[in-house]
Amino acid sequence: MTNSWTDIKNADLVWIMGGNAAEAHPCGFKWVTEAKAERGAKLMVVDPRFNRSAAMADHYAPLRSGSDITFLSGVINYLLSNDKIHKEYVRHYTNAAFIVRDDFEFNEGLFSGYDESKRSYDRSTWEYKFGPDGFALRDMTLSDPRCVFQLMKKHFAQYTPELVERVCGTPKDRFQKVADWVSSTANGERSMTIMYALGWTQHSHGAQNIRCAAMIQLLCGNIGIPGGGVNALRGHSNVQGITDVGTLTAAIPGYLALPTEQEPTLESHLSKRTFKPLTPNQTSYWQNYRKFFVSFLKTQFGANATPENEFGYNYLPKLDGIYDCIKMFDLMHQGKTTGLICQGFNPLMAIPNSNKSREGLAKLKFLVSMDPIETDTARFWENHGEFNNIDPAKVQTEVFMLPVTSFAEEEGSVTNSSRLIQWKWKAADPYFESRTDTEILADLFVRMRKMYEKDGGKGKEALLAVDWSYKDPLHPSVDELQTELNGKALVDLKDASGKVVRAAGQRLATFGEMRDDGSTDGCMWIYTGFYGPTGNMAQRRDNSDPSGLGVFPNWGFSWPANRRIQYNRASADPDGKPWSEAKKYMYWNGERWTGPDVPDYVPTIPPERAVGPFIMNAEGVSRLWVRGLMADGPFPVHMEPFESPVGNIVFPKLKGNPVARIFKHDLAALGTSKDFPIVGTTYRLTEHFHYWTKSVQVNAVTQPEFFVEMSEQLAKEKGIKHGQMVRIRSNRGEVKGKAVVTKRLKPFTIDGKTVHQVGLPLNFGFIGETKKASPINGLTSAIGDANSQTPEFKAFLVNIEPIAGSVA
Amino acid sequence: MFTPVPNPTTNPVPPKFGEQDLIRRSASTVTPPAKRLTEVAKLIDVSKCIGCKACQVACLQWNNLTEEVGVNVGVYDNPHDLTENTWTLMRFTEYENTETGNLEWLIRKDGCMHCADPGCLKACPAPGAIVQYSNGIVDFVHDKCIGCGYCIKGCPFNIPRLSKADSKAYKCTLCVDRLAVGQGPACQKACPTQAIVFGTKDEMKQWADHRIKDLKSRGFANAGLYDPPGVGGTHVMYVLQHADRPEIYAGLPNNPTISPIVEAWKGVTKYVGLAAIGAFAVIGFLHHTIAGPNRVTEEDEKNAERLTEGRS
Amino acid sequence: MSSSEVDSGDNVHPGKPVIVDRYTVGARLNHWVTAISLVLLALSGLALYSPSLYFLTALFGGGALTRVIHPWIGVVLFFSFLGLFFRFFRLNLWKKNDSVWLGRLREVLAGDESKLPEVGKYNAGQKVVFWSMSILILILIVTGLISWDEYFARYFSIEQRRMAVLVHSGAAIVAICVWIVHVYAGIWVRGTISAMTRGQVTGGWAWRHHRKWLKDLVTTKR
Repeated sequence: MTNSWTDIKNADLVWIMGGNAAEAHPCGFKWVTEAKAERGAKLMVVDPRFNRSAAMADHYAPLRSGSDITFLSGVINYLLSNDKIHKEYVRHYTNAAFIVRDDFEFNEGLFSGYDESKRSYDRSTWEYKFGPDGFALRDMTLSDPRCVFQLMKKHFAQYTPELVERVCGTPKDRFQKVADWVSSTANGERSMTIMYALGWTQHSHGAQNIRCAAMIQLLCGNIGIPGGGVNALRGHSNVQGITDVGTLTAAIPGYLALPTEQEPTLESHLSKRTFKPLTPNQTSYWQNYRKFFVSFLKTQFGANATPENEFGYNYLPKLDGIYDCIKMFDLMHQGKTTGLICQGFNPLMAIPNSNKSREGLAKLKFLVSMDPIETDTARFWENHGEFNNIDPAKVQTEVFMLPVTSFAEEEGSVTNSSRLIQWKWKAADPYFESRTDTEILADLFVRMRKMYEKDGGKGKEALLAVDWSYKDPLHPSVDELQTELNGKALVDLKDASGKVVRAAGQRLATFGEMRDDGSTDGCMWIYTGFYGPTGNMAQRRDNSDPSGLGVFPNWGFSWPANRRIQYNRASADPDGKPWSEAKKYMYWNGERWTGPDVPDYVPTIPPERAVGPFIMNAEGVSRLWVRGLMADGPFPVHMEPFESPVGNIVFPKLKGNPVARIFKHDLAALGTSKDFPIVGTTYRLTEHFHYWTKSVQVNAVTQPEFFVEMSEQLAKEKGIKHGQMVRIRSNRGEVKGKAVVTKRLKPFTIDGKTVHQVGLPLNFGFIGETKKASPINGLTSAIGDANSQTPEFKAFLVNIEPIAGSVA
Repeated sequence: MFTPVPNPTTNPVPPKFGEQDLIRRSASTVTPPAKRLTEVAKLIDVSKCIGCKACQVACLQWNNLTEEVGVNVGVYDNPHDLTENTWTLMRFTEYENTETGNLEWLIRKDGCMHCADPGCLKACPAPGAIVQYSNGIVDFVHDKCIGCGYCIKGCPFNIPRLSKADSKAYKCTLCVDRLAVGQGPACQKACPTQAIVFGTKDEMKQWADHRIKDLKSRGFANAGLYDPPGVGGTHVMYVLQHADRPEIYAGLPNNPTISPIVEAWKGVTKYVGLAAIGAFAVIGFLHHTIAGPNRVTEEDEKNAERLTEGRS
Repeated sequence: MSSSEVDSGDNVHPGKPVIVDRYTVGARLNHWVTAISLVLLALSGLALYSPSLYFLTALFGGGALTRVIHPWIGVVLFFSFLGLFFRFFRLNLWKKNDSVWLGRLREVLAGDESKLPEVGKYNAGQKVVFWSMSILILILIVTGLISWDEYFARYFSIEQRRMAVLVHSGAAIVAICVWIVHVYAGIWVRGTISAMTRGQVTGGWAWRHHRKWLKDLVTTKR
């Protein structure tokens, strides 16, 4: 989230799209009900289904799953063509004024630089034009035909309400009301928050969905202000923490990059990332990348990281490609994987195309499942009839189940969607032989290191170089681990005058203290300060809110630097005055930037220096146009899902995302709308938590059995009765479930054609207390987003038929 | 935000009310206490309820109940009805509002309403099996319950359920055990959106006004409070978007009262019946006293003998 | 003369006094099972009916057991009474003279039977008791089953169950009143009880109260 959960109460308009906060984030959703009840805020929900959030909404608009870009582009077009934008914000805080290279082109859905054989773009033409001083050219009047603003107007002009209706199936009046309400916040007085989740990300063009949302918020001036923001709602209590800490396969902790094969030396890695400012006076905070990266190396390799050996850079693995889960399972399916360790992971359920996953798992030599509960994956080899049809005699995979303590049986921190790190204390003793993840991994590491010491092997040098100097190597303490995350001074740190500002051994208070000469460590710069010199900030439980704006500055610790709203300098105008007195947040008091939050800015830089509020960007401003960062274009375009009931109405030549990666097996497994005319989409239910709580009796009571939601019209067409068992098939597999026939789903009219959609909750499997069901991902396709590789779970094609004689 | 009941202390607390605060006791007469407790109420704001069922789970867990894992029958309601273990249940209704053209998904948390004039208590034949405290709580006392099911017939809301295991009747207690030590009900504690709030009845009415104003501003002209006077008001109240038509909320009764049949059964019939029985006994006694016994005479025996003479 | 007023077990034994067989062993057993059931039902029913009589549950081992036992006794009563019904219904069919008899209730109550028509095995009062009980017990068993929540709750709506308990309690009250009349009549008319204890009455009793029955008996059993 750019903002925080508690900040949602400041919103005047809440827009939930690509998510279902009431269903999946009921506790956070309370701040929406707060905004509504106490501020009179309006809530609008755009979703293929009339869902639990819609039940709470003042306005609901339906759209066909997978058509979000068109809907959002329609809103962008409405804002631009009616001049309902926050002009000053757009001019000064976005790159609207920047001039784009003359050779950039957009043609029939494709941007210049497309290479069909490689399914990728050469992005060099998506660059700004630069002046002789090396800085990007701008036209602050926004009138240059090659400026981002003018390119944008042209690009989005075709997304009219009529087109939105044709592509998305959204009735024009319902769309119009959304656009109207959005535009009511383009003024600095009123703010809108956008809340989204996997309904936007789980598409082959998911990142572009979110780009659209960011662009709308920037046009309205809703970024960096109370009650604004683009707010990603994370799906687990600690999934923010887990991505922070670097489980993304191409990242190390704190969103630093894992080196690639093209970066043989430390300097070659760092020079690509320490971005120089693109306009005068800008902060371009990533210039500090080397400090964070070197501190990370110092934590990782300790005394073995020296200036002479590039701080152990050589020990780090170098990527030859990305290894996301789809890739991992494709390799596994090809028989190229020996073993898999699943730590709190149930991939048979979580990964698309379960049948492929099951075949892949059966080709492993060993599988380790570290989990507090028995997972379907750990028992993939068991025959559960139609729900997991496998011949155990043919599976040679050796499966180890290592019982792990649950969250309540160990102390530690969780980081929520607000980037808020909160401590939890141990509430109960672990059951039986279960051990904490740390203990298991430490034991594994220590044993492996002994084996390497004795027998040697590939990567021995790196493994032995790892700093494992915990007091008890088998039980690294919470204090030791937190100190590693936070970072400390390794020698006395002195300021320019020679004064010691941080004594050797002391923990760092902010990442601003990190250095690139090896005198500090700290493996996760964004968390620095949460375990600073004054103690464990995550344990703070002061719920006072002096400003009344939901900041709660002394509750837990919000990374980075305990900042609750990111880009908060943008809550004031270029002169440093708040856009709105009612939403006065971060402003210049004549001497420094002040307000209830920690400024996302150097606090002493006066407004007249014109340093942009988006200090992480080399431009100093936000990006309506993204240069090279997106694989699939500097602007969003309408792309259909890879399995779509209709062709691309806007750009007939585009079949899916033109740069999404597709493996051979998955391409062959795509179905057509002839055999599978119905759109399927998966989602979770509020009664369950992913694939875990199906093992919990009370949760099973509240939703006991897999079902499929469909409209009354589809049920009638197919002769399906309420509560009847039905079969749902895709080109990859089939599942069986009870029919929930509902008014909450309605058929869409897409370009004159009736398109049905069914909803498939994902929480059910063949292990646990709920009635047995096949993994829902038996239906889904293993094609992911071109940028994030997030699988396209939200739009695929199925067919459905009643199973005779079975009505509950 | 309605200030929630603060977290409890971990130290033992003496109960804040008990036997001495009963204002009604089934099949018994009680002397009303001189000092009445402040009436409490749970306010369920249907317009804020997302149907997450956290209240259902909290109820099961706090009361240490185990419900069976059922099946899906084509709806979100699970279990499908209240049971002896499920004392509160989310009921989902898909309502097409013809005036606005909007679909509304109405989600109502069903459970005991804790009526001021409780039909269950009126119907109960077992002395002390159902009690009413002066703060409004209507509670079942299970060691006195005989399992006759009269409370089910007495209830205007169809709430109590007989247990298959011990044949006693069960329903929401308004967490009488939690309230006694100054906490709010478990369901209210678990509710993530403040769709359930708890406080004194006056506070709840005020809070409801605040909510109704908001709903009216959003076009729900008939938004209102459900505190049915027919049962003397309730200590569980609803804020409804369409208070003029409570029946669209999964059959919430419109202007409920204790059924006249139950009133007749437990009222006039009882006295008339006992009087009739007494009257018959008295009339018999009087008749015997006045008319004396009807004896067979010698004459009768002789007549019989004469009639049978010569027959053997 | 038809033999319509005589039951198969009835007989007359001349002598001093004349002894008349009125009820067979089977009939008497059947009657007493019914009678005991009815008394138990009345007691347990009243206990659940009125808080002032709840103390009666002590006779049955407490409220819960009373609640459990009552309906089962009801089932026993129903089948037991069914036996009585088939035994007795023929001679309880209404005759013209019964209306005359009933019309002279003043004389009946005064014990002045000389002004009444000759009575068969049952007089109109007994017939009223018989048919009242037949109808009431049918009502009681039906409404009893409807309000027997342990087994039958799911088959009936709450409204139906409410009505059932109301009708059940009303019918029970009437039945108890009828029972009082029945018992009182047995006590008031001396010489009656032996009919149900030993099965026999004296000839004089039969002459006085059921002359037609006696005459028919003498005629048929010649």
